[in-house]
Amino acid sequence: MSGRGKTVIGRDGLADLVAILAEDGYRVIGPQVADGAVVYEPLDSADDLPAGVVDDHDGGHYRLRREADGAVFAHVVGPQSWKRYLYPPVQALWRAERHGKGFRVIEEPADDGRDAFIGVRPCDIRAMAVHDRVFDRGDVVDGGYARRRRDAFVVAVNCTRAGGTCFCVSMGTGPAAGEGFDLALTELVGDNGHEFLVEAGSAAGGGVLDRLGGRDATAEDEAAAEAAVGQAAASMGRHMAADAPAVLMANLESPHWDGVAARCLACGNCTMVCPTCFCTTVEDATDLGGQVAERRRRWDSCFAADHSYIHGGSVRRETSARYRQWITHKLATWHEQFGTSGCVGCGRCITWCPVGIDITEEVRTLGGADKGD
Amino acid sequence: MAKAKPRKPKLAVWKFSSCDGCQLSLLDCEDELLAVADAVEIAYFLEATRAQGRGPYDISLVEGSITTPHDAERIHRVRRQSKLLITIGACATAGGIQALRNFKDVDGFISAVYPHPDYIETLRKSTAIHDHVRVDYQLRGCPIDKHQLLDVVGSLLNLRKPNLPDHSQCMECKLQGTVCVMVARGVPCLGPVTQAGCGNLCPTCQRGCYGCFGPKEAPNTTSLGDWLADHGTGRRDVKHLFRSFNAGATAFRRESEARE
Repeated sequence: MSGRGKTVIGRDGLADLVAILAEDGYRVIGPQVADGAVVYEPLDSADDLPAGVVDDHDGGHYRLRREADGAVFAHVVGPQSWKRYLYPPVQALWRAERHGKGFRVIEEPADDGRDAFIGVRPCDIRAMAVHDRVFDRGDVVDGGYARRRRDAFVVAVNCTRAGGTCFCVSMGTGPAAGEGFDLALTELVGDNGHEFLVEAGSAAGGGVLDRLGGRDATAEDEAAAEAAVGQAAASMGRHMAADAPAVLMANLESPHWDGVAARCLACGNCTMVCPTCFCTTVEDATDLGGQVAERRRRWDSCFAADHSYIHGGSVRRETSARYRQWITHKLATWHEQFGTSGCVGCGRCITWCPVGIDITEEVRTLGGADKGD
Repeated sequence: MAKAKPRKPKLAVWKFSSCDGCQLSLLDCEDELLAVADAVEIAYFLEATRAQGRGPYDISLVEGSITTPHDAERIHRVRRQSKLLITIGACATAGGIQALRNFKDVDGFISAVYPHPDYIETLRKSTAIHDHVRVDYQLRGCPIDKHQLLDVVGSLLNLRKPNLPDHSQCMECKLQGTVCVMVARGVPCLGPVTQAGCGNLCPTCQRGCYGCFGPKEAPNTTSLGDWLADHGTGRRDVKHLFRSFNAGATAFRRESEARE
């Protein structure tokens, strides 16, 4: 780790951080505004970061607005998640060309780019840890994911504001990142100006921290950071019932599934924006002449009929069955499969559901039904 | 001894009631057009050439809807001559924009539009090809997506499964990283009930999806329509959203009728 303890940097320090990571050969990816949302895209400099931008979230509703304080990380999470980079939407598995009567696999240039992620929220860090259990299990390893994840440099940002659909406190996943980062920032905006408390969480993070300027953090700085994060914890937009797994498993035949299905569009948005949903399908493509063939893997959704297609047809034909599959896997059976919940409380599935279906509310309603409502 | 080169599959392109835009998508393949011409024998394609090769044909692409007694008879002749029949575009798969007539009295239109209505011989409804004959594959859209067209032709030539997903347009937006116009800006969008495949053209231009690819599998048009109506879209506008290129597609037709 770093020889330094917690450090305080100013706005300039943030610019230095982006520059240092770029200098070290990372593609630096961070939050920025595009098309009315905060998205994670490559940064040219720290000037691209969304200073003074705040996001309002509710079920099926997201709007950006400006705040005069110029805070860079006052927004919470955007429609994308970091899985876009660690586990891209479409990945070519292999390509081959016809060769005589057989075929030859085309050698691809090695995929060895390294990404630095700036502004990873504690819920999203937990989501990466969830994916590690899925893709990097010792006996079963997704090589591409494991390589990208190992080489990534993670700059966490502790949340100092909660969004209207956030519920990390009830999932035990935020609003402060305990581990799983190289550096963690807490933004301090107040009478003393605009600063960031920085903490190293790995040797690589310590090395970068040593090269950043700044001053040693005081007890006041640490207290201010704690208070800011505490404020986020106290203003969560949503709350997930602690007994969600038991409630779901006790209500597999509840008539309420039909009630959800009356609203659910089976569009798959919740699974696409979820930072832990990992289902994919495999597609084959050829050129017209049949000289080159490609097999690729792309994100799929348990809300698509094809997802449950086995010989003879789809197993989950009704939307009620698809919604039940998604929520019971996410909140309940994920524990048996991977030893953790599949939900990190980021609230994306609530915000980006076109008709505002709320995972926390559905659990509450089912829980009420369980108690004989 | 060298084997005889296998015969190229014969392709025919047929037009019924339509604007020709989907046929143009084939000509619009540009870079790939030579590869298409190399892979198949384009035997019948009046928009491209006057030469008319005789049937039977291995692949028939059918554009347009059935709107006249003559169409209704001719489509059976096309089917009989075609090993595989693929409909291309919203007209052929759902009746097209001209299916708007299905909701009104067609005689009223005819007398309002034509000086000599007695010259006009037309059916009361514009219907999809699959209402008349068996269809093997459908390519959706107004117009179709040329990549889907090339994929399907490529799949037939190479004996693989075509990539024609029936899931929502939303999934295509999310795969591409397009920000949702409905959630982030309140723009009415048919993406959640519309089949993917266009390359999410409209949302990338900040517009809502017009539903030109028609209903996806299991479309919940009622829920989407109710949400739009509760969030500032007028009842009449919601009805009109479902009543455009795919007005005649069953799910969209029922939803617009429920909102009369």
